[in-house]
Amino acid sequence: MMVSGCGIRGGSDGSGAPTPAPGDRTTVTVLVAASAVAPVQQLATAFEASHPTVSVRISGGSSTTLVAQVAAGAPADLVVTAGDAALAGLPPAARARPTVVVATNILEIATPPTNPAAIAGLADLASPSVKVVACVSSAPCGSAADAALAKAGVTAHFVSRELDARATLAKVRLGEVDAAIVYRSDVVGSGGAVHGMPIASEHNVTLAYPLVRLSDSPEATAFAAALSGVDARSVWAAAGFGMP
Amino acid sequence: MTAPGPYLNARLALRRGGFDLDVGLQAEAGEVVAILGPNGSGKTTTLLALAGLLPLDDGFVRVDGVTWADAAAGQILEVRERHTGIVLADHLLFPHLTAAGNVAFGPRSRGASRAESAARAQRELEALGVSDLAQRRPAEVSHGQAQRIALARALATDPALLLLDEPLAALDPATRAEVRGVLGRRLAAYPGVTLLVTHDPLDALTLADRLVFVDGGRVGQVGTPHEVVTRPRDPYAARVVGLNVYAGEGVSAGVRLAGGAVVASQSHEYAGPVWAAFAPRAVALYRERPGGSPRNSWQTRVVAVDVVGQTARVRADTMIAGLGGLGELGGLGELVAEVTIAAVVELGLRVGDVVWASVKASEVTVYPR
Amino acid sequence: MTARSQRGRLPLVALATLGVALVGLPLVALLLRVDWPGLPARLASPLVWPAVRLSLVTTAVTTLLAVVLGTPLAWLLARSRSRWAGWVRAVVTVPLVLPPVVGGVALLMAYGRNGIVGMPVAHLFGLSVPFTPVAVVVAQTFVSLPFYVVAVEGAMRSVDGRYDQVAATLGAGPLRVFTRVAVPLAWPGIAAGAALAWARALGEFGATITFAGNFTGTTQTAPLAVYVALDSDPEVALALSVVLLVVCVAVLGLLRGRWLR
Repeated sequence: MMVSGCGIRGGSDGSGAPTPAPGDRTTVTVLVAASAVAPVQQLATAFEASHPTVSVRISGGSSTTLVAQVAAGAPADLVVTAGDAALAGLPPAARARPTVVVATNILEIATPPTNPAAIAGLADLASPSVKVVACVSSAPCGSAADAALAKAGVTAHFVSRELDARATLAKVRLGEVDAAIVYRSDVVGSGGAVHGMPIASEHNVTLAYPLVRLSDSPEATAFAAALSGVDARSVWAAAGFGMP
Repeated sequence: MTAPGPYLNARLALRRGGFDLDVGLQAEAGEVVAILGPNGSGKTTTLLALAGLLPLDDGFVRVDGVTWADAAAGQILEVRERHTGIVLADHLLFPHLTAAGNVAFGPRSRGASRAESAARAQRELEALGVSDLAQRRPAEVSHGQAQRIALARALATDPALLLLDEPLAALDPATRAEVRGVLGRRLAAYPGVTLLVTHDPLDALTLADRLVFVDGGRVGQVGTPHEVVTRPRDPYAARVVGLNVYAGEGVSAGVRLAGGAVVASQSHEYAGPVWAAFAPRAVALYRERPGGSPRNSWQTRVVAVDVVGQTARVRADTMIAGLGGLGELGGLGELVAEVTIAAVVELGLRVGDVVWASVKASEVTVYPR
Repeated sequence: MTARSQRGRLPLVALATLGVALVGLPLVALLLRVDWPGLPARLASPLVWPAVRLSLVTTAVTTLLAVVLGTPLAWLLARSRSRWAGWVRAVVTVPLVLPPVVGGVALLMAYGRNGIVGMPVAHLFGLSVPFTPVAVVVAQTFVSLPFYVVAVEGAMRSVDGRYDQVAATLGAGPLRVFTRVAVPLAWPGIAAGAALAWARALGEFGATITFAGNFTGTTQTAPLAVYVALDSDPEVALALSVVLLVVCVAVLGLLRGRWLR
């Protein structure tokens, strides 16, 4: 019996992604750190528009979880993590794959729009009358916050360490805390719900977002180029990210 | 200033889920009043209304000069402010307290000290002969003992009204007789008013000073045991004391019943509404229509035969269609005959058999309704 | 039992075994997966004992609160014949079906810094509940009080209401009837309800982290610590999980043996 229009899938090349036969609608699977999902989604939509045979599937989450999924054999073509630290969890074969930094993120102080506690800088976060939150130390945003405070020699008056950036921002949005240390991209992404205050560059911590290309398929390569190319810069910048 | 009157003076009118109660009760201090009636007649409702556990729609309750409830004036005393002691057929002793703890509960609740309450509990238990059970839990005593402890608990608060709702109903006959004796002696020493709801005519006739019959939420006959036994004025009362009683009009021949039948009697003093009564012992049963002196002979169908010791009580229905000669029988209804077992055997009596029942005119008593 | 009735029970036994396996296997797997020799070192992590201590203290307070507030409520609901009892019961039962995080948000709306009660209290007394152990107790009580009330109301309903009536005729006022008659007679139900409430409070996560926050020693209860450790140090998470499992089994086993027969 002849089944037209369907090809037989080619063999795997060892990095976890199958080689598609021509004529198929191909899927590119991308694992992205939660903080970078929004710009990656935007770029994916534009990519799909210009490449009608390709569909991009994005899976967001904490960097540690994503890396663990790759190590467990999840079929991912591309991985974007927040910070280099998470990459240590990748299996050796994956670590040897082509890697390029697509964007950077820095920290900012977020306060409620009216800044009721009149925060001006990191030093103000030490006051016992000020309620401060950040991510847990085991998350990239949390460890970055700890590093920045250490650089500035400030012991912040933390009342809570939230599980992720979203929960951290939520506390600021609800007005339950006076200040939070979050990514600049989070502040930009809140659309005015919080007020962002820059941190002096000598105290600030820059987080790099490496993109690991696990697959050699033309579609994955093309999308990786789209993420790191010049045309992507405006999208990343609009989302509050810096350039590598 | 309340006018002096009976110790207990009450009119209880209430409607509860389709049931309509309207009874009046009066009693003097020290009296034991038995309340009898068929199931669902309102006896328990009466007790609950006196205790305040059911609200009155109309009427009043006055005890020893104090108004416990007055529907018209909107007055009402809370349940715990009244002085009632209540004993139900299931003793409802608090399972987590000992007998002594149960009996002391009332005095403690009313403010007595622990020592006073314990002493009072001991006295009450002794008066009922169960003081050796003081430290036992309710689960560890027999039902008869539990009823006595429940009675002690009710009396320990010196209630003005003692309300007993079928206290002996759940006991076997032997225990019942024993507890009835204890109850009688204890009630004799109790100064308040006792209201005893019972099914058992023996309870009523041996313990009560007065009987009140309640049926369909209304009071029927009220009288002393002697009055009720000799002249029941209520079909239920008659059943209780075991007489055959029929309502009718006094006529020269005897009593004409509603259906037209005439019960021949030798007493002609009364005209107008009367009762005709004869004892079950006075009814003789035959297979054939009897001749001779009895002027009351009716054809009946046997409905039930109950053997009690050496005698048998035969219930027979006179309202049977399809048999000849029925013109005289209309309106008599059921009658009860008491015959020897030997007679039952001789007649070969079985349920459904047609037999003739006859009563001598001299055995029929007539008294005004 | 005859062989035939044993065979007849087979389908029931099979289903029951499936149920036990579904619940029991993960717990057994947990115990098998733990690195037992390394356990003491893991338990020395600064995350562990503050969380366990905080959990034990807050759940104890929560259980006490649930009993003190919930028993009268359960009794009133059990004995009430008025229409509003049904509405009160519905309101009290809502936290049972509400996702705990939603509960946490609701608690913030009420008692948070800008909450309808929280704001005036903060202005007048300078007191703020979120980010304190008090907030942990509040979050735990929010989710476990309904469990308690539902369990105890059922127990009180099954106690003959005539006991209350008899006690009233003996002169006992409502408070005395409650403490001397209703509560003692419903005691097994109260004990079972308290155990349920405690267990629910111990496992509480969503409402706690949303309302009380997550700070070691102050508001980081054991479940929160496990979740945080899962990312940074999974072996510590495992060790803490085993501690929680042992505590639960010990407490519930003790209760079952003594009071819940």
